[in-house]
Amino acid sequence: MNASQTSVPMPASLDPASAYVRIANVTKKFGEFVAVDDVSLDIQRGEIFCLLGGSGSGKTTLLRMLAGFERPSAGQIVIDGADMSAIPPYERPVNMMFQSYALFPHMSVDKNVAFGLEQEGLSRADIRRQVSEILDIVKMGGYGARKPHQLSGGQRQRVALARALVKRPKLLLLDEPLAALDKKLREHTQFELLNIQQRLGVTFIVVTHDQEEAMTLGQRLGVMNHGKIAQVGTPADIYESPATRFVADFIGSVNMFEGRVSDEGADFVRIDCSELGCPVRAERAVSAARGATVWTAIRPEKINISRQPPAAGAPGADNAVRGTVREIAYMGDMSIYLVQIDSGRMLRVTLPNISRGGERPIARAESVWLSWHGSSPVVLTE
Amino acid sequence: MAHLTRLSGRRLVAGIPTLWLLVLFLIPFLIVFRISLSEVRLAIPPYTPLIAWRHGWPSLALHWSAYSFLFTDPLYVSSYLYSLKVAAVSTLCCLGLGYPMAYAIARAGSAWRSLLLMLIVLPFWTSFLLRVYAWIGLLKNNGVINNVLLYLGVIHHPLALLQTDFAVYIGIVYSYLPFMILPLYANLEKHDATLLEAAADLGARPWRAFLAITLPQSLPGIVAGSLLVFIPAVGEYVIPTLLGRTDQLMIGRVLSDEFFENRDWPVASAVAILILLLLVVPIMMFQRLERRQLEGAA
Amino acid sequence: MRSRALVARGALVLGLVFLYVPILSMIVFSFNNSRLVTVWDGAHSPTLKWYAALIHNEQILHAAWLSIRIALVSATAAVVLGTLAGMALARFGPFRGRLLLAGMITAPIVMPEVITGLSLLLLFVATEQLIGWPKGVGAVTITLAHITFCMAYVTVVVQSRLTGFDESLEEAAMDLGARPTRVFLAITLPLILPAIASGWLLAFTLSWDDLVITQFVAGPGSSTLPMVIFSKVRFGVTPDINALATIMVLLVASGIAVSAAWMRRRQKLRERDLQLAAAANL
Repeated sequence: MNASQTSVPMPASLDPASAYVRIANVTKKFGEFVAVDDVSLDIQRGEIFCLLGGSGSGKTTLLRMLAGFERPSAGQIVIDGADMSAIPPYERPVNMMFQSYALFPHMSVDKNVAFGLEQEGLSRADIRRQVSEILDIVKMGGYGARKPHQLSGGQRQRVALARALVKRPKLLLLDEPLAALDKKLREHTQFELLNIQQRLGVTFIVVTHDQEEAMTLGQRLGVMNHGKIAQVGTPADIYESPATRFVADFIGSVNMFEGRVSDEGADFVRIDCSELGCPVRAERAVSAARGATVWTAIRPEKINISRQPPAAGAPGADNAVRGTVREIAYMGDMSIYLVQIDSGRMLRVTLPNISRGGERPIARAESVWLSWHGSSPVVLTE
Repeated sequence: MAHLTRLSGRRLVAGIPTLWLLVLFLIPFLIVFRISLSEVRLAIPPYTPLIAWRHGWPSLALHWSAYSFLFTDPLYVSSYLYSLKVAAVSTLCCLGLGYPMAYAIARAGSAWRSLLLMLIVLPFWTSFLLRVYAWIGLLKNNGVINNVLLYLGVIHHPLALLQTDFAVYIGIVYSYLPFMILPLYANLEKHDATLLEAAADLGARPWRAFLAITLPQSLPGIVAGSLLVFIPAVGEYVIPTLLGRTDQLMIGRVLSDEFFENRDWPVASAVAILILLLLVVPIMMFQRLERRQLEGAA
Repeated sequence: MRSRALVARGALVLGLVFLYVPILSMIVFSFNNSRLVTVWDGAHSPTLKWYAALIHNEQILHAAWLSIRIALVSATAAVVLGTLAGMALARFGPFRGRLLLAGMITAPIVMPEVITGLSLLLLFVATEQLIGWPKGVGAVTITLAHITFCMAYVTVVVQSRLTGFDESLEEAAMDLGARPTRVFLAITLPLILPAIASGWLLAFTLSWDDLVITQFVAGPGSSTLPMVIFSKVRFGVTPDINALATIMVLLVASGIAVSAAWMRRRQKLRERDLQLAAAANL
């Protein structure tokens, strides 16, 4: 997928008819306020799907509708072929891991995890077996007698996960699963979650505002904004080929310029960009007419810094601009350069800190040339 | 989540207490109103029936004599006014003492706070009647206060402290103090101390910061506490009976006397209705405050 | 800062003295040999004779027993009704009749007791005429009256506890398959039990202590303890009442002290657990 499109792209390999969870034109209004606006999504069986968005984007409301705590104002939710409209949360094959974990404070870990099984009327022996099984999977075996207030944050999270998974639900909903953990723990838990999901094969839908979390966990992402889906795709799709300015800006950092199409063809487009001070040549086809206003987005890591202008004929030669290094932020593995170009705009460039065979590293106030390959810019029409 | 509880279950849960209160709280007021519109007579029950038969046709027999009696007899009018005055003065005194107390508790360290709150609330759990009784022992002519003052030579004849307005104020403030302190404390405790720091940083002197920031923010607590004291104080019976004047009665005593002594049910009912009319606005204010408090906490 | 704190603290001390001097004076004079109660009879005091008189006072013992029985029943029924009302108001969102229930709940708390008492008696008279019940007023009518005004207090306590309650716990229970009734019994009820208990104690105290409403709805054969006390103290101080007061104060004070100590112990245990959990890695 390397052509930017104006419609929400769906990976061609996924067949809508086999969708395990189908969200069809779901809208949710609270009085006059539209929290979820005509959202349609198909989620495949066994995949990890991440809903990514800021606060107020509607992602949590959508999640709660999947769980059954809110009823859609319009639209339909179908899970494994069954329409969920009239089904209350205690009858859905869906379980949720709450952001606050919501462990029952007056019950032990064992009883917490067993609670869901008890509602199904299984035998005591069966329940005990399944509980100890799932606690082993989340590495909390032996903690059965403890009460929630005797556990640390990470431990509580694992119990919450165990409790939600023990019933082997068709769909597991996770509400900001890593938000309450510190950085080290977060990385560790991300991989554990992936592990457990692969082992059990449960379909996950994760709601988060953290891009890193979404990119690590999600096999596919849905970016939400103001109640609508801005784009659906794999992390690479979304990062490399954002569909809108919002998505480009929301994920990672980006340098964005407004410009006008001066020339276009089957596999290229030339954009006049006064902010940049040089025309941009992008090796993509764009569905915009000559003279139309478009935006060019270039990721910081795709820009090259050098003291000399790129040689004529070299890749990136026709996308080059001069500037002065204003700030350098040293991040250890890479450095962020803020370069001011002649038009006054600041460009953000990142370079990994690898010493280039004896070359003196770029310093502040140096005059440099910024260049990029023609395939790097993304051209957006909205 | 409201839609998730089954309809029949919900109706029961909400319906049972509603039914109980309808029958045992609301309907009785209608009965009181109806009786206030009759006249007293020697019969069982001792009031005239609602439907009178004239020439074979039923008609509504409403007697407004009870009300006209109350409005024209200076004794009753003065009782109402006296009750309002006593309740108002007591509420102000209660506020004057209770506010700084609540303030001090709210500013205290958390260990002190629970102890102090316990000390404030403990008298409330002991008998109200007995505590009012205790003041008889303190205020009477050969009571503790007079004995101490006589002993110290501050006075030479015992002061008439009992059966005065003063005794009633003391009684009401004493009994209702926890009701004033607790809402005030609940409000003051939530105040953000950093606001006062910001004010100080901007140059406001402490008392000014108090008047401009703390006082206005504590207004809901002040109103809640004052209503909790004023409204029941208007109809107080025990305190004026045990401690108060014999020449000027409060309206609660009037009601009780009309009912038990004079056996005049219509007039007693009319007294009750008039008290209710007087208090309906404060009661609704209180309800609105309570509702906002309870639902705002969510 | 200083002057404000000084004024506030001064008022606090004054207020506490104000609150406790009458109680302490009652206690002190319960040991006074003199019939005049407040004139200390140094020669023959302290004495326990008023306590002895109290224990043999049939009228008072009888009345106390009646008060206890009425209070037990009233408190329990008030807790049931109050919890139902509290649940409805806290969890049901807007429903038809909500305003009515909310209005009727808060009114008894502030309503002057003479009005509530009068209206309840007139109700019982009316029902006796209409359906022949109750046949005269007595313990039953007293209990019904007490339940009515006590449940209002319980509702407020339960409702405020429920609104501060973490709803995600109830949602989690439903998510795991429990129907609403089960959620209430297994999750909500155990967690609001302290509030219900304190509501019960509050209702018990209010019922046990009530005078005015009881006077209206009591019959000739049913005298509660407050009624007996009131008829005695209308005419001045009597020393056996001082003894009664002392006993009640000591009971209440020890009850509060015990519960405070118990809560402190629970708090310490929790803090220790939290520390251990934080120290544990992951």
